[in-house]
Amino acid sequence: MPTSTDHDSATLWRDGRPVYDRGETVCVIGAGVSGLVAIKNLKEHGFGVDCYERETGVGGAWNWRHDRSPVYASAHLISSKPFTQFPDFPMPDDWPDYPHHSQVLAYLERYADHFDLRPHIWFGTEVVKVEPADNQKWDVTTRSTGGYGGERTHRYAAVVVANGHNWAPSMPEYEGIDGFRGKIMHSSAYQDPAQLRGKRVLVVGGGNTGCDIAVEAAQQAARCWHSTRRGYWYAPKYVLGRPADQVNDAILALRLPLRLRQWLLHWTLRLTVGDLTRFGLRKPDHKIYETHPIVNSQLVYHVGHGGISPVPDVKRFRQYSVELADGTEIEPDLVVLATGYQPRFEFLAPELLGIGADGRPKLHLHAFSRQHPTLSVVGLLESDSGLPTLIHWQSVAVARWLRLREAAPQKAGEFWSSQVAKAPDRRWMSANVKDTPRHWFEIAHVDYLRALQKTLHEMGPA
Amino acid sequence: MSTRIIRFRDWARPVPPARREVLSATPESDEGKPPVLFVPGFGHGAWAFAEYWLEHAASRGFPAHAVSLRGHGGSGPGPKATLRAYSHDVVQVAASLPRQAVLVGQGAGALVVERALARYPARAAVLAAPVLGGWATLATALRRNPAGTLPAVFGGRLRMGRRQLFSREVPEATAKAYTARLGRASTRAQWQLIAHRAAEPPVGDPPVLVVGSPDDRVVPASALTKAARRYGGAPLLFPGMGHDLMLDARWREPVDAILDWLDKGATM
Ligand SMILES: Cc1cc2nc3c(=O)[nH]c(=O)nc-3n(C[C@H](O)[C@H](O)[C@H](O)COP(=O)(O)OP(=O)(O)OC[C@H]3O[C@@H](n4cnc5c(N)ncnc54)[C@H](O)[C@@H]3O)c2cc1C
Ligand SMILES: NC(=O)c1ccc[n+]([C@@H]2O[C@H](COP(=O)([O-])OP(=O)(O)OC[C@H]3O[C@@H](n4cnc5c(N)ncnc54)[C@H](OP(=O)(O)O)[C@@H]3O)[C@@H](O)[C@H]2O)c1
Repeated sequence: MPTSTDHDSATLWRDGRPVYDRGETVCVIGAGVSGLVAIKNLKEHGFGVDCYERETGVGGAWNWRHDRSPVYASAHLISSKPFTQFPDFPMPDDWPDYPHHSQVLAYLERYADHFDLRPHIWFGTEVVKVEPADNQKWDVTTRSTGGYGGERTHRYAAVVVANGHNWAPSMPEYEGIDGFRGKIMHSSAYQDPAQLRGKRVLVVGGGNTGCDIAVEAAQQAARCWHSTRRGYWYAPKYVLGRPADQVNDAILALRLPLRLRQWLLHWTLRLTVGDLTRFGLRKPDHKIYETHPIVNSQLVYHVGHGGISPVPDVKRFRQYSVELADGTEIEPDLVVLATGYQPRFEFLAPELLGIGADGRPKLHLHAFSRQHPTLSVVGLLESDSGLPTLIHWQSVAVARWLRLREAAPQKAGEFWSSQVAKAPDRRWMSANVKDTPRHWFEIAHVDYLRALQKTLHEMGPA
Repeated sequence: MSTRIIRFRDWARPVPPARREVLSATPESDEGKPPVLFVPGFGHGAWAFAEYWLEHAASRGFPAHAVSLRGHGGSGPGPKATLRAYSHDVVQVAASLPRQAVLVGQGAGALVVERALARYPARAAVLAAPVLGGWATLATALRRNPAGTLPAVFGGRLRMGRRQLFSREVPEATAKAYTARLGRASTRAQWQLIAHRAAEPPVGDPPVLVVGSPDDRVVPASALTKAARRYGGAPLLFPGMGHDLMLDARWREPVDAILDWLDKGATM
């Protein structure tokens, strides 16, 4: 394993600690989708790059060998290939529309090799602190994962945070949960259907994870209750024989007003999926596009076959049972909380990302710090399409921005003060999205890319 | 023109997959040189590069590959193929290689490569005797090869004579054998050769080299100069050669010049 000793020798000091100056090199934190695409695009724009990755391999969430990977054995993409691949490195033609998670990892590993990214990555190295230094530079303190060995600090010209937001479980609190005698786990610890076999399982949460696990429980468990706190739209993976997201974008290309699109999609779902209340599922309390999309063709099928019993929100836990909002009591012996994840940036003081009382970073385009021109975050997005395409363009914008700062400081200064520092908070989507904790960084891919396109255009060519 | 990042066509109407023939020659030992992917022009297949250039590039340490565009050579059929489908074929093969590749397009293959450069950050690109199309291409073709061009105007096959493709140094029988192997591009692609949207700008800003012959009877010297100027350079010229640089008697000169250019630092 590489150590940092072969970096430049220390010439700087901070609080009595040596700081190794890495000159104009840019630091990338994390080597998942976001980190890899950031390294590649920074390199392409002529930057030296050091990336720190706390795991021993690339791929982040898609590397199921990683302890923190949220991926389970059966996971397939929900966004079809054209939306999930990087726009300049397509997935192979002979892969299916919705590849398996192991294919996504293979794809990311190939990407890392193809663009020779691995020499830039310090594996098994965790970033523990990122602090501003003179001249808009950053001191990045790392140590080997697990805390063995000492800490080291390097100074970088810029930092790109690509640490992902699907690894710190968001755990709901319930009355009586401590006294419950059954087993409770968060979906992040769910890996294999064997964990469900023969059990009476309650799955909580109607995100894609909750729906996938409910479907597996329908096939493996003795019983499956699926508790959601609202009704949702369940989009099928295929509409009219084509991947649903491709059909959605064919409609988007027509540039119809939002309301008309919502009406059109409500109709499409009516015709393809049908009236869900007939199955005992609740009527959605919102229009389509107003929550993060669920893409699952099997859930409704298993509800219809009695494999899944849809139930309302959990009210409280008792010793041997769970009481639901409508007063009914059920007796699961395994509860899977598929209640999502929380973004976390422990290595950064909250104010650096503009995090206020609500705990949410305030970043221009969810990417650029408004106070620190050399600090950015990539991948802090949820969207109505695949993420890698979006993250690619985010990282191109970051690389272009850093290039502009070097090449044309005056133009960069004007761009910064007019376009970034004072840019109003926007949501990058026209639908009125539900205000629940997971939705503050939900964007509509077309609205978002239009804004990015404008930013790229204003910065001028690379 | 700046990069367009909203791509409804790529997302909602992806190019249908196709089976692709790829011929390869690999160097004896890995010298760390980038792979080179050769893209033949309309009517030609990967075989055109397998004749000499693939082995030669491999002998100089470059892993060398040639793809047959759909509907050509040993690839699957592509009767309705568009330029977009052809450039998809090139990008698919490039992305399947272990390292970032150099793209070399000959004839109309250069037009396909120009489009592929907008979808794949090639390490470098070479346009050899590039047929970049437009009405001027049609005018030249009609003037120099009316009998082979006229049918194509009405959807038939574009035919190129052996005296257009090869210099007189290529023996008559050999030239005949090559022309007998020629197939055709789809009617749509033939049309697009004349009328198409300009390619989007390349991604990753690769260096681009133009090579050709002032005696090419398909691509006039002025077109070579114009193409090279687009990428801020001048064409490398090989007088006395025909349009099919890779099959002509002095095939070694242009390929050596290309590999020298790569060795000299286009890809360092
Ligand atoms: C089950 C599941 C299915 C999904 N399906 C899809 C889909 O179909 N389509 C889609 O587009 N997206 C999907 N996603 C979203 C997915 O998260 C993204 O596609 C993508 O993996 C995000 O990549 P990332 O690099 O931002 O984050 P991650 O993949 O989480 O990578 C972050 C990396 O940073 C490292 N890291 C974190 N903190 C530190 C630190 N302090 N020091 C050093 N290294 C650090 C981590 O080890 C990790 O390797 C899915 C997510 C899940 C959970
Ligand atoms: N197959 C796939 O490709 C796949 C599979 C899984 C996940 N993913 C992706 O991974 C990301 C994370 O998905 P996720 O499903 O793990 O998380 P998520 O999208 O955040 O969903 C969490 C779910 O739990 C509910 N919830 C949250 N807190 C709750 C509480 N206190 N009580 C009751 N319900 C609560 C939420 O309800 P609200 O509606 O009220 O917010 C929501 O239904 C998403 O981007 C998703 O698309 C993809």
